[in-house]
Amino acid sequence: MKTATADPATAVRPARAGLLTRMKRSYDRHWYAWAMVLPVVLVIGVLVAYPLGRGVYLSFTDANELNVAKQLGATEIPATYRFVGLDNYWRVLSGADGEFYPKLLWTVAWTASCVFFHYTIGLGLALLLNRKVRGRSLYRVLLILPWAVPAFVATYIWRMMYNSESGIFNAILGQLGLGPVDWLGDTFMQKVAVIGVNVWLGVPFMMVAILGGLQSISGEQYEAAEMDGASPWQRFRHVTLPGLRPVSATVIMLGTIWTFNMFPIIYLMLGEANALHSEILVTYAYRLAFGSVRDYAAAATYGILILSMLAVFAVFYRRLLNRQEAAR
Amino acid sequence: MRRGIAATALVASLALAATACGGDSGDKASGGPVTITWWDTSDATNEAPTYKKLIEKFEAAHKDVKVKYQNVPFAEAEQKYKTAAQAGNAPDVLRADVGWTAGLARNQYLAPLDGTPAAKEIASFNQGLVDGAKVDGKLYGVPQVTDALALLYNKEVFAKAGVQPPKTWAELSTAAKTIKQKTGVDGIYLNPDSYFALPFLYGEGGAMVDTATKKITVDDEPGKKAVRTVVDMIKSGVAVKPDYTDGYNNMQAAFKDGKVAMVINGPWSTADDLTGKAFKNKDNLGVSPVPSGSAGKAGTPTGGHNLVVYNGADAPHKEAAQKFVAFMTSAPSQEFAATETGVLPTRDDAYTIKVVADPIRAAFKNVLADSTARPAVAGVSDMFAEWTKQYIETLKGNTTVEKGLDTTADKWKTNISSLKEYSVD
Repeated sequence: MKTATADPATAVRPARAGLLTRMKRSYDRHWYAWAMVLPVVLVIGVLVAYPLGRGVYLSFTDANELNVAKQLGATEIPATYRFVGLDNYWRVLSGADGEFYPKLLWTVAWTASCVFFHYTIGLGLALLLNRKVRGRSLYRVLLILPWAVPAFVATYIWRMMYNSESGIFNAILGQLGLGPVDWLGDTFMQKVAVIGVNVWLGVPFMMVAILGGLQSISGEQYEAAEMDGASPWQRFRHVTLPGLRPVSATVIMLGTIWTFNMFPIIYLMLGEANALHSEILVTYAYRLAFGSVRDYAAAATYGILILSMLAVFAVFYRRLLNRQEAAR
Repeated sequence: MRRGIAATALVASLALAATACGGDSGDKASGGPVTITWWDTSDATNEAPTYKKLIEKFEAAHKDVKVKYQNVPFAEAEQKYKTAAQAGNAPDVLRADVGWTAGLARNQYLAPLDGTPAAKEIASFNQGLVDGAKVDGKLYGVPQVTDALALLYNKEVFAKAGVQPPKTWAELSTAAKTIKQKTGVDGIYLNPDSYFALPFLYGEGGAMVDTATKKITVDDEPGKKAVRTVVDMIKSGVAVKPDYTDGYNNMQAAFKDGKVAMVINGPWSTADDLTGKAFKNKDNLGVSPVPSGSAGKAGTPTGGHNLVVYNGADAPHKEAAQKFVAFMTSAPSQEFAATETGVLPTRDDAYTIKVVADPIRAAFKNVLADSTARPAVAGVSDMFAEWTKQYIETLKGNTTVEKGLDTTADKWKTNISSLKEYSVD
């Protein structure tokens, strides 16, 4: 009788006794929540955690197609690959592998330029469509169209248009009396070409996202700015851009991650052999994993490195934004 | 109790899904017919119907075996097969490119066929092709069809320009210039793919690797001479400047439209050529052996497909598969396939009067005589992939012939595990 009410401090203490007890209590009280979460946890475990863990493990081995375990009907061939520690990472990061740094440089350049054009063009179009123009909804539908086209379909169509002999771009150049451009042959032009396709594909998403952001900025702010005599540029600079900050931050981060890993455009547009200088890290990792002798260890190493780089980027980017937010 | 149900159901469905991927475990029940699965990688519209007809004939002759036919696109088949084979549910029989056979065998996916019904008539086959299907002296595939690169040309354009099919690359250059002058048609379109560089390499007496001395030889003098010939042809305008992404398709389009007089291509392409406006008259398509290089001898790579049997199949399935392979590669079956689709048989006794009556096939039969098999090492496709990258760089003029080939050799050594112990100079 006394213990229950006399001293609340001692009454609480038994509850903090052990992790197990707490878990049991929480389970007793919230079992339905656990039951509801369980499928998700299982699915994530099967679809994400297991492959990820396996990938990390493989990156510490020298596993390839010739030495992994195989189950050939009744005959079972045991695995003969070895644990090699950080050797794979050392080979890649020290430059001994020779492919990582050039590809990383181009991957970063590709991501930065794509996201830059995505954002600026998307912002421009969003500003245009945010005004009251006749047939605004029609423009919106037309401009969203590229987004509805699957990346691989778009890639093949653009590839036909870029063809050096029968493509439409060179036909137009010919009509104008200009010489043909070797769009997908020339090392520089092929980079321009793939960035062009990715920009075309990615702008609609940015446009729609920014349009949503623009509409959430209240008109009163513009009115107030106008009353204070702010020029259009000043209004854009001091009202529109800060108002768009939350949306921009998210779409730029998403865009960066997507573009960094944009597989189909580069892989399908240039093919394997022609992409020597325009291959990004993911397409290279794919080739390692699905070559004619599959190199699982190297592909896993590249995969983990890509994941780590993006994770680090995301963390720092968010931190930077938070700091800016706090400074304001 | 209730709370367990959802979780159990989920686990059960996941387990089900996992086993469903596992595919058919085959019917091991004795007594009934054995069903074997065949992955055919041939063209689904032109060739597949012929093979389906052959399967009907086979099933009529062998009541105890049923064949499940699956057409798998050629480009995906190697990867798909490897994935399935590792998981233990590969098809019993696969139509494997000759270049894949060694790699698949070294991965232990394939069952050796020596002494089985599949290899009973192996003596009647072209011995070069049989050697190409062997790894470490064991036979892993039975050649089903073969091919080789040849010089295909437009007879009408040749007649107009008054030139004969060239015998050497030097003659070809002269002929191309004459053709351009007299008819305005471009001389030759060369596909910028390293497989199509092999006639040049073999013509100089070169080779990709020397498996006997374990040496990478592609960057030796013959290789350099070979690629230099190609570069010179493109630079001087004898050959059209190729498209590096759609080289093959553009080559076919130009040849079919009569915009280019010559191409180097295999028998698989002739059916496509004949649909073009330049070859409305079938006789206009000329086939002659590829020109020879400075070594004085022409050389062309052996292509084609072997039928291979899965190592993981159980004994009854293996036996049925071997019988099926024997039937599909028998002389009558090969003759039937050749006359129906135009493919080239792999055994001498299948070149019957009916088969060689077709001038294109007869011409290709001569071409096959000097064809050379690809090296029997795992990862040959990777070797071509690495080489093509450097080959394209060289043809574009971004790198020199010497540097391109040296890099190729280095990449082969570092990136292709089966060539790790090879030497490069």
